[in-house]
Amino acid sequence: MKIKYLSLLCLILLLSSCKNETQLYKIEGQQIPVSDSIPINEEIDAFIKPYRTHINKDLDSTLAYCVKTYSKNDGHLNTAIGNFMADVVFEQGDPVFYSRTGKHMDMVLLNHGGIRSILSKGKVTARNAYELMPFDNSIVVVELRGEQVIELTNYLATRKKAHPISKLNLKVDKDFNIQSALINGEPITKEKTYYVATNDYLYNGGSHMDFFQTNVGMHKLDYKIRNSLIDYFSKVDTINPVIDDRFIQIN
Amino acid sequence: MKRRLFIQKSAAATALVSLGSMGLQSFSSNPKKITILHTNDVHSHIDAFGPEDGRNANQGGVARRANLINSIREENPNTLLLDAGDIFQGTPYFNYYGGELEFKLMSMLKYDLATIGNHDFDNGIDGLYAQLPHAKFNFVSANYDFSNTIMDGQVKPYQTFVKDGIKIGVFGLGIELDGLVDSALSKETKYLDPIERSQDMTRILKEDEQCQLIICLSHLGYHYRDSEVKIDDLKLAKATQDIDLIIGGHTHTFLKKPTVVKNKIGLNTLVNQVGCYGINLGKIDFYFDDRHNKSADGVSILV
Repeated sequence: MKIKYLSLLCLILLLSSCKNETQLYKIEGQQIPVSDSIPINEEIDAFIKPYRTHINKDLDSTLAYCVKTYSKNDGHLNTAIGNFMADVVFEQGDPVFYSRTGKHMDMVLLNHGGIRSILSKGKVTARNAYELMPFDNSIVVVELRGEQVIELTNYLATRKKAHPISKLNLKVDKDFNIQSALINGEPITKEKTYYVATNDYLYNGGSHMDFFQTNVGMHKLDYKIRNSLIDYFSKVDTINPVIDDRFIQIN
Repeated sequence: MKRRLFIQKSAAATALVSLGSMGLQSFSSNPKKITILHTNDVHSHIDAFGPEDGRNANQGGVARRANLINSIREENPNTLLLDAGDIFQGTPYFNYYGGELEFKLMSMLKYDLATIGNHDFDNGIDGLYAQLPHAKFNFVSANYDFSNTIMDGQVKPYQTFVKDGIKIGVFGLGIELDGLVDSALSKETKYLDPIERSQDMTRILKEDEQCQLIICLSHLGYHYRDSEVKIDDLKLAKATQDIDLIIGGHTHTFLKKPTVVKNKIGLNTLVNQVGCYGINLGKIDFYFDDRHNKSADGVSILV
């Protein structure tokens, strides 16, 4: 009898120890750099190659010639490269806007931070457009009352930064008080509606350009900033923008 | 009588001894190792950075990552390869081919699962849908409701895997789209509360699916210091339970090592993210056996 009990006890012990299930007891974590000491997988590389060749051929064919190297850091309140980008948006965007609405753009405003690279002296390719503007932002035209355009000029004066502009002429004194603000050579009228081209990032609240929020209307051109640059590069032979008097400080 | 008792005793002793040795033989510790490999925010970086690059010269590249993954898989076939979103956007490969090459290469590298990042909507939800045939892996998202979109039925909240007898559950989480993705692109995708959905997921994966390892593939972002309300991976880890590992993305956070967070019930959850652009590969090894007692000894974390 006792053997029976002992056996039973053993069986219970055995069963209970068998119930000891597989459990997690240790975790090890590490980060492995994908460095150039790892050999390239030839099969993968061969698969990528036709795609890479196609893109490189497309991106690296010469579209124009740039006379010097331009950086967004060259210039105080306006820069050659910023002027170039804002002027391209006007030149390329306005015909599209006019054909759809019968109206012309009054001015362009982009953001200084949106110039993502330098433009180097020498041949200009589509790759330069991708470097200058890697994001897929598109041109939009915002209808603003004169009051908001005045806010826009105040924004530029208080930020003291070379945000790219086109067709707006702004002069500030040594304390950055606005001395004159002209569009099409005329002072801004509060009651008038202005067509201000920008990109959808800024329209949607980027760089805190809040004056875009109080608008009368908005028109999407479905035209990417980058594509406007590529189209312009394809159209002209030489890129030679300059720093001018569109936004300056006077004493 | 006396003799009989002796026999009984010795028989019992023999039984115990033999049981003891049997125990040692049949209850071997049965060790198992599951390796989780992960990437996030690769952003179409198919080629390695060039030698001239100011920050990441000669780093990354899919062809190198492939060899690294292959060698890890050779060492341990019980490996899962996961991506935490923002596969798209960042190089002309995306602008030219719309994500086709990204998905094809991830399929060749045998990715097991991915979640959806905000930039994966950059060609619209239709653009994402159009590339799905090129992906031989699935997408999970527990907090994007796609039922009124073309993606309906294409994305599951979670997926389970069995590797070496260990059941692993992986669920996905995406970031709030409002203010980040143009509604013209995400269309009628609905964003649901990540914490509530995580609580549902962990209950289903632990109780219904009986998973022994639960992983969250998150594109919420690592940590938003300035906001109490904006959910991130660290806040998610604290507010939930039963998640062993949160693999993060979105914030392009380079961590020296995975972060250990005490969860809602005081147990450890691991949070990891490996920067961006395929510069790093994350590797987390989970060791199992039936000798250690998790509830008594806890889980040791070596990071």
